[in-house]
Amino acid sequence: MLFKISLSNIRKSIKDYAVYFFTLVLGVAVFYVFNAIETQTAFIRVNETQREIIKILTTAISGVSVFVAVVLGLLIVYASRFLMKRRNKEFALYMMMGMSKWKISALLLCETVIIGIGSLLVGLLIGTGLSQVMSAVVANLFEADMNDYRFTVSASAITKTILYFGIMYLVVMLRSGFVISKCRLITLMNSGKRSEKITMKNPWLCVVVFLISAAVLGWAYYTVGWDFAHLSLRKIGLSILAGSVSTFFIFWSVSGMLLRVIMSAKGVYHRGLNSFTFRQISSKINTTIASMTVICLMLFVTICTLSTAFTIRNSLNKGVEDNFPVDFYGCFSLHIHDSSDDSSYRTGDIDDVYAQQNMSIYDDFVEYHHFHDYIESNFTFDTFAGDRKDELTSGSMSIYSMMGFGISFLKLSDYNAIMELYGQNQIELGDGEYAVSANASGMPEMYDKLLESSPEITVFGNTLKPSSEKCIISSFYPDMQASNTGTIIVPDNAVSEEYRGVDYFVGNYNATDKKGREAAEQTARDNWNNVMHWFDSEAKYGYMCGIETRIEAANNAIGIGAVVTFLGLYIGFIFLVSCGAILALKELSESADSMARYTMLRKLGVEEKEISKSIFRQSGIFFLLPLLLACLHSYAGMRFAKIGLDLLVTENYVKPVIFTAIVLIAIYGGYFLLTFLGSKAITREQK
Amino acid sequence: MSLLRLENVEKYYGSRSSLTKAVDDISFSVEKGEFTAIMGASGSGKTTLLNCISTIDRVTAGHIFLEDADITAIKGKELNKFRRDKLGFIFQDFNLMDTLTAYENIALALSIQKRSAKDIDKAVKNVAEQLGITDVLSKYPYQMSGGQKQRVASARAIVTEPKLVLADEPTGALDSKSAKMLLERFNYLNREHNATIIMVTHDSFTASYASRVLFIKDGKLFNEIIRGSDSRRQFFDKIINVVTLLGGDMSDAL
Repeated sequence: MLFKISLSNIRKSIKDYAVYFFTLVLGVAVFYVFNAIETQTAFIRVNETQREIIKILTTAISGVSVFVAVVLGLLIVYASRFLMKRRNKEFALYMMMGMSKWKISALLLCETVIIGIGSLLVGLLIGTGLSQVMSAVVANLFEADMNDYRFTVSASAITKTILYFGIMYLVVMLRSGFVISKCRLITLMNSGKRSEKITMKNPWLCVVVFLISAAVLGWAYYTVGWDFAHLSLRKIGLSILAGSVSTFFIFWSVSGMLLRVIMSAKGVYHRGLNSFTFRQISSKINTTIASMTVICLMLFVTICTLSTAFTIRNSLNKGVEDNFPVDFYGCFSLHIHDSSDDSSYRTGDIDDVYAQQNMSIYDDFVEYHHFHDYIESNFTFDTFAGDRKDELTSGSMSIYSMMGFGISFLKLSDYNAIMELYGQNQIELGDGEYAVSANASGMPEMYDKLLESSPEITVFGNTLKPSSEKCIISSFYPDMQASNTGTIIVPDNAVSEEYRGVDYFVGNYNATDKKGREAAEQTARDNWNNVMHWFDSEAKYGYMCGIETRIEAANNAIGIGAVVTFLGLYIGFIFLVSCGAILALKELSESADSMARYTMLRKLGVEEKEISKSIFRQSGIFFLLPLLLACLHSYAGMRFAKIGLDLLVTENYVKPVIFTAIVLIAIYGGYFLLTFLGSKAITREQK
Repeated sequence: MSLLRLENVEKYYGSRSSLTKAVDDISFSVEKGEFTAIMGASGSGKTTLLNCISTIDRVTAGHIFLEDADITAIKGKELNKFRRDKLGFIFQDFNLMDTLTAYENIALALSIQKRSAKDIDKAVKNVAEQLGITDVLSKYPYQMSGGQKQRVASARAIVTEPKLVLADEPTGALDSKSAKMLLERFNYLNREHNATIIMVTHDSFTASYASRVLFIKDGKLFNEIIRGSDSRRQFFDKIINVVTLLGGDMSDAL
């Protein structure tokens, strides 16, 4: 009997529950898909590094899943509370007929169980289907072959999904049981009576609040997005707090002002259904300022997360292409304690180390260059820039400009040989001249400004002047990203070997195809490891050594990119679904409450087209308002992200923003469409 | 020529096995400027009849002509347009938009006819004066008394200068003082503005303000009396007589 009532209840309020159910299914499916990645990718043949990265990815995902579960849990509790409120009248009727509170709780429990099991089943089914697509995406990402592909169902992910969602549903059940046991018949019965007073806020107060909030928001934007020089952790926290609070007050004041502004334009206000439409919107915003704020902030986080993730991924892949022009790069140096100055890495020769093992590094490569840089103690960026340091670094986006890093020197002949190997432009220097090479984001521009005044430098006992007013955009060492913060190239006769710094080796393998390169890399890597291992066992002083290869860098780039993208998508999906669901539920229930109003409009003879237009505008503005503010927030947020990402990112932001917009439109827009059509259907019903 | 003419209108509910004849072969006509009341017990079919005239409901058989145009032949989107331009409605439960002020409620009827804001303002102020609601124009429905609400609803109904005003139990939710005030306004509109009003009611007192009363019983036209030169009091007594004649089920409506 109880089961029957629950089932018919659900069927009766299917319109209210449809969005709720749809959201649950989506949540379950997304949760499953991401947690199943580990199982889904088990069959893909990848190398060790990639396997390692997949492991990092799955660990990160299961960590994020806890956070996601909390967000979804809050959403579910919110939605169920909301749906329950709408049924107070029904509960009152049950109680009036003499049904005990226990019985009603049991009824709700029954409903939750039905919906829970239903959503889990459907969600897991869809999730299993989608995760097959995910396998293909992952395989494609790692350029792995799909020959061993077979249909996989992840038992662990299913268990996890059921467990997490089971807990969420349990919380909902306990909560609704608690609410029912607390409620009183009289309040339930009176709940339907609308005593909603229409209070117009004082327009001047609204204007004042709006201006103050806008100013505070502007300050927060400026602090995180423009005023980098004075940024501190405390200030960032303060900006976030100020931003959130002013977001709330902007919605508060806009809800009061919007109507006033429209009303003052009599011609607009009394055209068609405008007066009705704007009254509806204003009362809707008025009652949902808090939710609007939360949604706006969530959208903001989503936009920033997604576009940053896409940016990192794109620029990582492109970074390796641009900045790793050789197959192999190794560096080696001894750690010398100098009595006169700070300890530093100096001298050391890769050839020596290899020779002591009766080996030669040159055997593994077809073209190469072996060189070292030179160091003048105490010559740093600060000494180079001299008095102009503050002028150069102020207003710069570059995070490097805030640090007084050392600048190393390179012999002209070495530089040109390296550039030849890299297939890049060589340079010429006259006697007594120097040139600056850099490519880290923001640095070349800074050097250009510095070189305008052709500053002379005195190093290694020589005084040199710049050969050109332009900084050369290049780097002598390969890296995943453009990270050369500055190297000064000097004529060969301007330095002597007593100033030698770190020893470097760059070279290309003697191979033409992918397989050959992989084999050559294995040999080169093994040799290096063996030699360094021996050196380590014999080492009398401190030393440093390291290698990086193009293949490894590419794999890392793909891997890190994949981890970031997946996590971004995961969080983004869940946030967008949550935002869409909250707005859709609110708007749909609002439409149900306004049904009588629409019936009346029809009796008055309003055309369907006009009513449809009014509903479109209502839902549209309801969805658009938080999005607009979130976009504004995101602009400042992205500027902030940009300084943090300077280390990694060289890519422009257009493509990632477009990708983000697509994801946003697909999910958020989908919810909007669902809401619009649903509202239309609800208001068209005859009572 | 009559403004409104009903010819053998029928409205059936239910299936073949259990047919309810809510309106059973009713014919009558209403002249321009007439104030007609339709009386009947609850369930007699008077509201169904009104809904048919207002095109909210469709007739099963028969024809309804407004100025010689057959409104039973109007379909789909044209129906809304017809209601908007030709009819004015007054409901028992006022049916005012609770989110709009009185002014905006009245203006809404004009703005959906796409009138200009200047016209609207003039028309609303004008009609508000006639109905004595100028001082409540800026109030919301929840701040008004029942009588005021119904007068605002009446203002909304007549502000578009419709061919026909249809009132469904307009005094049903009002106390006797407010009811009297409203009905006097109806009389005023009828007299001064030549408004044609059809009012459905089960209350003899309310009906006595009309110039003509039609009685309906079980879906059929039962009787018709015309006020002529009688005073309202005399007319009321005549109505009571008919109601008594109608029998037990109507006597509760005294």
